[in-house]
Amino acid sequence: MVKVGVLGLQGAIREHVKALETKEAEIIVVKRVEQLEDLDGLVLPGGESTTMRRLIDQYGFLEPLKAFAAEKPIFGTCAGLILLSKHIEGVDGSHIGVMDVRSKRNAFGRQRESFEAPLPIKGLEEDFIGVFIRAPYIEEVGEDVEVLATFNDKIVAARHGRFLACAFHPELTDDDRMHQMFIDMVLEFKKEGLATE
Amino acid sequence: MNQQTGTDRVKRGMAEMQKGGVIMDVVNAEQAKIAEEAGAVAVMALERVPSDIRAAGGVARMADPTIVEEVVNAVSIPVMAKCRIGHIVEARVLESMGVDYIDESEVLTPVDEEFHLDKRKYTVPFVCGARNLGEALRRVGEGAAMLRTKGEPGTGNVVEAVRHQRLIQSQIRKISSMSEDELMTEAKNLQAPFELLLQIKELGRLPVVNFAAGGIATPADAALMMELGSDGVFVGSGIFKSDNPEKFAKAIVEATTHYQDYELIANISKNLGIAMPGIEISSLKPSDRMQERGW
Repeated sequence: MVKVGVLGLQGAIREHVKALETKEAEIIVVKRVEQLEDLDGLVLPGGESTTMRRLIDQYGFLEPLKAFAAEKPIFGTCAGLILLSKHIEGVDGSHIGVMDVRSKRNAFGRQRESFEAPLPIKGLEEDFIGVFIRAPYIEEVGEDVEVLATFNDKIVAARHGRFLACAFHPELTDDDRMHQMFIDMVLEFKKEGLATE
Repeated sequence: MNQQTGTDRVKRGMAEMQKGGVIMDVVNAEQAKIAEEAGAVAVMALERVPSDIRAAGGVARMADPTIVEEVVNAVSIPVMAKCRIGHIVEARVLESMGVDYIDESEVLTPVDEEFHLDKRKYTVPFVCGARNLGEALRRVGEGAAMLRTKGEPGTGNVVEAVRHQRLIQSQIRKISSMSEDELMTEAKNLQAPFELLLQIKELGRLPVVNFAAGGIATPADAALMMELGSDGVFVGSGIFKSDNPEKFAKAIVEATTHYQDYELIANISKNLGIAMPGIEISSLKPSDRMQERGW
């Protein structure tokens, strides 16, 4: 049993909780910094990345999130990917900035261009329906980053060590395989951590 | 690649990303930037805020596309805009400009008193107002991907939004507790599509996101609407008709996020300055009640 948080400042929080609830995990909606303590992993949900960053700053979440990222696994979807990225196109600096990727916001266009499409994802047997909403993509990855999925040659899912991120919204489908992938990462990471202690 | 735009999932999903947030009315790029800076999840680009529309009287139409364009270029958060109820061309024009969401809104003067837009036909998603569950579900049936209470726009008086949200929530609870063989009669009574009642029974909530709108003027008003089960709030005149728009905007965003943290709401409400002037609903002539527009 692991304890996984969903950052609960704004966005598709309920959907992530629902997707995770079926797993062997206790789920906490994180609205305050102290709730990060004793979590084994954290999900950064989709929402408006600009808004989330404002709220993160207002509640002094940035340093605690960086500290959390230095130790524990994080899964970011859409806006969550932007928060995790080390480099963001057209933006000076980063947010949490721990995943060695360069991402681009609203890269597929405005809502009019938002779409869904079946995606082959490394590690999953069958295609996953990717729901892209004003979605970003990853332009460049560092050498330790594993690309998990592309769409029209754009990188839309990747893993860098204990960080997992995707440009689309697995929480808007009934398919929980991406969430399972993350829970497996959390379990694996916790086991390794216990082994080295 | 097999790529589909404008699906229900994509349209409704966009509203899901707005949950827990505040959508603010703005009339120019400068206001849009203040809204974005304060943490708004989206802005509604208008020529005039509802209280000014109310004061001006006459026919209120879609905003000048120059204003919409100016706002679209000023911010990276999504931009919404209003079209008149039933105005197919205003909706198509806004869609062609790349507006992210269209509000088929009773704040503007309806152009069709019988038919709302067939919103399923558009790639852009729509939000619509409702006073009760029947009205809400008729709009979803027509393809609305997001709902909001109508309230009474431009009054700074939240009483109607409270009435509408309470009624909708109690009607949802009633359906959740009904047996399936009672639902067709309830559909008849509500004048709502039967299939949507089945969905509500299964989900225990509306199939789309439902925000509060119409008369929200203070951080405590916003928190109240969240407490009553809204997924987020629209603030129209409340911000830019207040004494200090920057402070009001930030305070309303915070109160919406932490709507049950009363100490925090007390702190952010201190020295905010004067909220927009309010209007007692009973002093409105029946013809000035915007909520009666549409059905």
